Amino acid sequence: MTKKVLSIVENGFRATLEEQDDTVIWFAHVLKGAGAEMTVLLRGNAVNYATKKQDPSGLAFGDRKQTRPPRIHEDLASLAKKGVAVLAVHEDVGHYGLKRDDLIPEVELVPKTRVPQLIDEFDRVWWW
Amino acid sequence: MNRYLLIESREPAESASVVEHYELAGELAKRGNDVSLFLVQNGVLPVRQGALADALAKATARGVKLFADEFSLRERGIEAPFAAGAKPEPIDFVVERMLDGTKVIWH
Amino acid sequence: MTQTLTFLLMDPPYENARTTTALRLVDAAIRKGCNVNVFAYEGAVYLPFAKQQPHANAVHGSDAAQEDHPNPKDWIAALTAAAQSKGLKLDWVNCGLCVDERGAAECIPSVRRGSPADFLKFVDASANTLVIPTR
Repeated sequence: MTKKVLSIVENGFRATLEEQDDTVIWFAHVLKGAGAEMTVLLRGNAVNYATKKQDPSGLAFGDRKQTRPPRIHEDLASLAKKGVAVLAVHEDVGHYGLKRDDLIPEVELVPKTRVPQLIDEFDRVWWW
Repeated sequence: MNRYLLIESREPAESASVVEHYELAGELAKRGNDVSLFLVQNGVLPVRQGALADALAKATARGVKLFADEFSLRERGIEAPFAAGAKPEPIDFVVERMLDGTKVIWH
Repeated sequence: MTQTLTFLLMDPPYENARTTTALRLVDAAIRKGCNVNVFAYEGAVYLPFAKQQPHANAVHGSDAAQEDHPNPKDWIAALTAAAQSKGLKLDWVNCGLCVDERGAAECIPSVRRGSPADFLKFVDASANTLVIPTR
């Protein structure tokens, strides 16, 4: 039986324009589809992934325009709809000047003090 | 109770999250877990005598056991005695912990 | 019974220390009698790229032979051989989509193409798994 996995995403906006998504969030989608039991925890600057107002559209190099820019907050929302809990560290959200209303409704805020408890609860902890 | 091996590959000047990781080790130990912190790559830099190892010392004061990769120490010319009571170990130490059921997390 | 360990790598060669540390861990696992799975994600699919070549180093005053510059593909091939000589297996899977977007299809023979589903199978079949992320 697949063990319960906590995927901690700390490193945001790394190659997301080239990949047109966050490859760790994408990986979570695929693993969920393959039967993994997962929870995603956003911390550090990756909490910005839950912001509703992200708009990386308009990137162009000469005549080559990006036609499908990343929509990471939508990827998180659809991950949540697949049954993956998407959590974010509350203090990190505040650190970046964000409020609850700025974030997609699918993300659940957890206090930083809860992080050690979460780590204890999961069989596998992958820290990206 | 869980057994943890937290691997720290960076030093505090590289990222603020490094000290947070040391603190997390302390928090996990405070919860009654058996926690070891294994420093590798530039993560060993704080254990040179005279380096700023206060944050590591705080973690060990909370019961975290501190180890450092022998090769990374040698590569950087860091010799005993080591700050914060760090104990040098070969990289095999990580594999041994993986095999004994320890939860191993790379940072 | 032989135990299996799984590693997930993300970094391309020659960019940071994580590559060497990861391969040291694979080496240690093989020396300790483990089967090893490696799932190469993102830039790590270039680690076993077949077209890596050594070069001379004028700054060192060495020609290619003298410099003996490492190519990770050779380290991986050597680890595969070391595993085989002990009756063990190093199963290296390159993430297929990562290979496609990088044009990294030409890899050493012991490496196979796969997907994140293979990584999940590795995790389920292993005693333990270590994810070594890029930064």
